[in-house]
Formats: sequence, structure tokens, C-alpha cells
Amino acid sequence: MEYLGFLVELVVALLLVCGGLTAVVGGIGMVRFNDFYMRMHGPAMSSTMALGCMILASILFFWFHTGTLRFPELILTLFVLISAPVSAHLLTMSALHLKLPRQSNTQGGPFELNEKIDQD
Amino acid sequence: MKRFFHWLITHPFISTLIFFTWLLLTSFTPGSAVLAFFLALIIPKLTDAFWVPQPKIHKPFKLVLFVFHVFYDIIVANLAVGRKVLSPSHHSRPGFIIYPLAMQEPFPITLLTSTISLSPGTLSAHLRPHDNTLLIHALDVDDREALVNFIYERYERPLKEIFGC
Repeated sequence: MEYLGFLVELVVALLLVCGGLTAVVGGIGMVRFNDFYMRMHGPAMSSTMALGCMILASILFFWFHTGTLRFPELILTLFVLISAPVSAHLLTMSALHLKLPRQSNTQGGPFELNEKIDQD
Repeated sequence: MKRFFHWLITHPFISTLIFFTWLLLTSFTPGSAVLAFFLALIIPKLTDAFWVPQPKIHKPFKLVLFVFHVFYDIIVANLAVGRKVLSPSHHSRPGFIIYPLAMQEPFPITLLTSTISLSPGTLSAHLRPHDNTLLIHALDVDDREALVNFIYERYERPLKEIFGC
């Protein structure tokens, strides 16, 4: 039992470190990338992998320490998985609308929102 | 009998969602299971008039498989983007890609755009209903055709099979 507790704590610690590292790398990405559209890829890392690792760690920890199998964290995962892409989509759309500058070697023509076509 | 069940459970997907959400929010005891069952029956009935008809899920097992595929792809894409962020000389070639959608229904398209946005490295930027295309921003793209093919084979074709559209 002692051994199992150590093992669970090891896994929880590893998951927490992994999640924290991913969040830091996402933040570094936000600083290092050059234009708005590329910076949007940084938060995607922290809202998927980092959050996933931390939620797994939380489920494991509380499962082992309270002994009851109930994980409300799954609802948190569900809500984040629903809301994060929508907010990213809206932010990118508004960036396109404001014609924010893009990195010079971006492939594909300069797309802008066409009010006449897009608003019906 | 079959007709009675159809009348009782008008929205099977929403009913299951309410059932499991209630169980997760409270606790896994028989009492809350009974309450969750009644809520799952009553709430879709009461809100029936507000729901826009959605395509039915034809292959639920394929949906589970699809979710696992997406989780795997998210982990792989995270590693790829992390390597790109941390490499000292990063020469990424970002690009906008127009992806032609093969579906019409709003719900599968929402699932597809969410999947694309969730995996780091690709980001759905704008849905253009006039010619049924999706504008995708990719962080590092070598071959635009290959990316479009990958998204079609990996995400859109399973979604089309799941929803039968």
C-alpha cells in the first residue's frame, strides 16, 4: 500500500510537471512568434495538453486520496473543449476583420472579410 | 412499443448528456441516478420546441474512435509545435489554406472546425458559407494539398460517416 501511494504520487507529480512545461512552452511561443495569427497557436497548447495533464493529475490524486470514484473534472474538460475553439475562431475572425499585419512569408493570399458576401 | 420509446426519448444524445452531467456533478449513488434519469427524460421534452433538428448519430462507436484519434493527434501536434517554439532558429512558413467542405449540416461542421482549432498548429479562421469553404491558418505548411487531404481523410470523412451526411 505504501508502495502504491508512492507510485500514484510519482505519476501525479510527473503529470503536473508535464502540464506546467507545456503551458510555459505555449507562453514562450506567444512571445516568440511574429504575428497575431501565429500567436494564436500558443494558447491552443496550454488549453489542450497542459489542461489535460493537470486534470488527469487531479482525477488521480483525488481518486486515490478520497477513495471515491467521482470526477467533476471531466465536466471542466468538456466545457473547455467546447469553448476554447470558439473563442480562438472569433479572435482570428476579428483579426482578419481588422486586417492585422502578417508575417511576410505567409503563403496564401491576403484574405479579408468581405462584408457583402459574409454577412448574409 | 418502439413508437412509445421514440415518443419518450425525443433527443437521445441530449438525454445521455444530461444524465452523465448530472451524475458527474452530484455523486454516483442510486438516488442521484434516478433523479438524473427523470431529468434526462423531462428536460429534452420541455425544451423540445427550441431545438433545431440536427443530423442523427448513425455510428456511435465510430464517434468514440474519432475522439481517440483526435486526442492522439492533439498530443502529436503539441510535440511538433513545442519543438518549433523551442528551436533556436525557427523558420516556420505559416500559410492560409482554403479548405473545401464536403458537408452542409451545421453541427458536423462545428465539430470539424473545433477539432481543427483544438490541435495546435492549425487554426480555423473563418467559415465562408457562400462557397462552403473554411479558411485555415497553419503554423508551418510544406504542402498545402497534403494538409487538405490529411484533414479530409482524418477528420471529415469519419464525421461524414458518423452523421451519415
